[in-house]
Amino acid sequence: MNAPDNLSRRALLTGGLAGGFLLAFHLPLRAAPNEPVQKDATDGKFAPNAFIRIDETGRTVLMMPQVEMGQGTYTSISAVIAEELDADWSKVEVQHAPPDDKLYGNPTFGLQVTGNSNSIRAWWLPLRKAGATARAMLVQAAASQWDVEPASCTASRGEVAHAASGRKLRYGELALAAQSQTPPKDVAVKDPKDFVLIGQPLKRLDTPDKVNGKALYGIDAILPDMKIAAIANCPVFGGKVAKVDDSAAMKVAGVRKVVVLDDAVAVIGDHMWAAKKGLEALKIEWNEGPNAKISTKDIWDDLRKASEKDGAVAKSTGDIANALAAGDRFEAAYELPFLAHASMEPINATVHVRPDACEIWTGTQIMTRVQSEAAKAAGLPVDKVIVNQHLLGGGFGRKLEPDMVVAAVKIAKQVDYPVKVIWTREEDIQHDVYRPVYRDQITASLVDGKVLGWKYKVAGSAILARWLPPAFQQGIDIDAIDAAVDAPYDFANFHVEYVRAEPLSIPTGFWRGVGPNNNVFAVECAMDELARKAGKDPIEFRKSMLTKNPRMLAVLNQVAEKSGWGQPLPARVGRGVCVQPSFASFIATVVEAEIDDIGEIVLRRVTSVVDTGIAVNPDTVKAQIEGGLIFGLTAALYGEITIDKGRVQQSNFHDYRMMRINETPKVEVTVVKSGEAPGGIGEAGVNAGPPALRNAILAATGVALRRLPVDRKLLAAGRKA
Amino acid sequence: MHMATVLTINGETKSFDAPPDMPLLWVLRDILGMTGTKFGCGIAQCGACTVHVDGKAVRSCVLPVSAVGSRAITTIEHVGTTPAGAKVQKAWLEAEVIQCGYCQSGQIMSAAALLATTPNPDDADIDAAMAGNICRCGTYVRIREAIKLAATGKQA
Repeated sequence: MNAPDNLSRRALLTGGLAGGFLLAFHLPLRAAPNEPVQKDATDGKFAPNAFIRIDETGRTVLMMPQVEMGQGTYTSISAVIAEELDADWSKVEVQHAPPDDKLYGNPTFGLQVTGNSNSIRAWWLPLRKAGATARAMLVQAAASQWDVEPASCTASRGEVAHAASGRKLRYGELALAAQSQTPPKDVAVKDPKDFVLIGQPLKRLDTPDKVNGKALYGIDAILPDMKIAAIANCPVFGGKVAKVDDSAAMKVAGVRKVVVLDDAVAVIGDHMWAAKKGLEALKIEWNEGPNAKISTKDIWDDLRKASEKDGAVAKSTGDIANALAAGDRFEAAYELPFLAHASMEPINATVHVRPDACEIWTGTQIMTRVQSEAAKAAGLPVDKVIVNQHLLGGGFGRKLEPDMVVAAVKIAKQVDYPVKVIWTREEDIQHDVYRPVYRDQITASLVDGKVLGWKYKVAGSAILARWLPPAFQQGIDIDAIDAAVDAPYDFANFHVEYVRAEPLSIPTGFWRGVGPNNNVFAVECAMDELARKAGKDPIEFRKSMLTKNPRMLAVLNQVAEKSGWGQPLPARVGRGVCVQPSFASFIATVVEAEIDDIGEIVLRRVTSVVDTGIAVNPDTVKAQIEGGLIFGLTAALYGEITIDKGRVQQSNFHDYRMMRINETPKVEVTVVKSGEAPGGIGEAGVNAGPPALRNAILAATGVALRRLPVDRKLLAAGRKA
Repeated sequence: MHMATVLTINGETKSFDAPPDMPLLWVLRDILGMTGTKFGCGIAQCGACTVHVDGKAVRSCVLPVSAVGSRAITTIEHVGTTPAGAKVQKAWLEAEVIQCGYCQSGQIMSAAALLATTPNPDDADIDAAMAGNICRCGTYVRIREAIKLAATGKQA
């Protein structure tokens, strides 16, 4: 065989423990697979709730209900718990929580899901209470040992003190006694002025192992006797396997087995190279089914037609019909393309199906759904499915779907060893669950230089109707219209409708900022066009309708100053602005861009001012906005998935382009100090870039683009606007 | 049957069986169990698989193992033992560059190779050396800052 035993075994034992010093992930990752998953033993520990474990040495392990995919949540969530616990931050370690909706379900969804930029928003109070309760029990334990009133004791940095007598006990020394204390019923949380960790730019707990190759993502799972599989999904959505000739594939050195599923074929080999070559040697005939003729044009024809219908009314105030009949009328439709996620870690899942259990190693945003869907595929009860969570090499919403795990279970069922199924980048891009196409129509009227009537109709896929059916009520996908109903401006006559339009055959799903990214684009593009129509400066125009929104007004004023708004620029250079209320954060952004004579775009500078309420970790907030801006600008400049003959035409980074460092502008993000409740931040930056860029292009060239990605042909010099 | 292949990786001699056309990436990950080097695209477009071959940044996903010969391979697991690699790792943490981290093995390998030959790179040097590495989290602003920090020991 190709892999000498000693090598893999040695790697298992020496390379397997993620994070020797700061991180102790809950991963028996490279231990023997038949060893039962490490029970969350509380013996000898203080375990007041599902989130906190303190042992006699003071080691403080915090269980992470939300997953780490780069957004820094492990550090922020830990800071929230440790703040109220008054823990010694240097002793804090984090573990992935096991799948359990009852213990770890996101309070917003009742599911153990990481998404919607709400990890901090959803857990802000529950986790502070968890920390404060534990702290109270530690104080009670100390007070009772000293025979003093708990109120006469204080806690700080993992230690309880009684100032009057000068006595001190460390949390480790109190762990056993605290475990038998009765938790207080309704514990008070700190006044934000007393925070010592929250609001500090704490160093991230997950990054030290990410500079030396030790951090373990799903794709890094290694198990004894594990084989690797490469997969070919039917190129046409909804198609099936008709016939497979595996004679040549089985002759490839290192190929072990060919597994034929309903809609996919996998080749299992000793390593990925054998599996991949085996897959290339297969002769697969597909029954492409009814979708084999669909093209992007069909999908857009359908969507444009559907978008002309009346939609379900999501919000209506004032008298929209009369308001639109007055003054100057403006109408526009904005269109957004399909997008793939293209996380840097390609889709993968490792599964071992044993007669009595199924064990999974993967990085997912939706642990309990992975567990229940895997149980169905394996034909086992849910409690026989063990899910070992890993770090995610990017999620962006793709890993809110369990499809890759289900396919891996079906493959692993056919063998008795563990199989790691790795999707090539081509499979990853061509078998995604795509950010839907949207068509957003805005009709508005201008009277005295202000918007009097605003009618906004969103047409596109209802992701929630598939993903969380109970949330889809009265024909309205609340995600698709999120930032449409929550417009920041003071519009007296305001009307929002939604038309559900599912694209032919193409699966659609969440994508970083999905609903708000179509809304913010349409609203902010329309606002710029209306400002021009009114003969006003785009920022002054917006400000005149933000008088009732002081937080938004404040960030807009700041960004105008910091970006040099109004200062002269060379020809074909423009500044564009975007304000957005998405995810309960208030953000104003200015993009400065140059458009050359052939329509190529050079990003010169991006300035963002963010009020996200209390910033648990201001450096993480800054990083998320910086990265989100680049993610959104990448989509605006390059992102489009197109369909021909039922197939996705893009396949890898050469034709599904990403922004690179040489194209990256100067980015300056300012996080405003605030005492308001924390807002969401992971997706917010994504929404800001595209409209601000589009408005900069409008300022530089006079061309009002109404579709993304940017069509450079429309921007060449001398072309009439 | 394949002939045993012998490579020098991180200063150690490794002997294993692999098809001659097998990319070094999969040898490292699937035969040697060294998972720090990442798979991203398989066609040398993203740089996640970057390693050093005699100190130069090379995309291991398209480098057949038979083409390595006697040249020395350094991976992310060992780059911290080189002066440039250690500086880069330290600067990466100081500037808090990393988000998901999946591309960062490759980013660090490219940056370390740059600093080993160009101790004080300007923006154009950084662009030229780093444009082959994609980061989907968009950490480029901090990567630039961290390379300058590693070079000068001072925040840019």
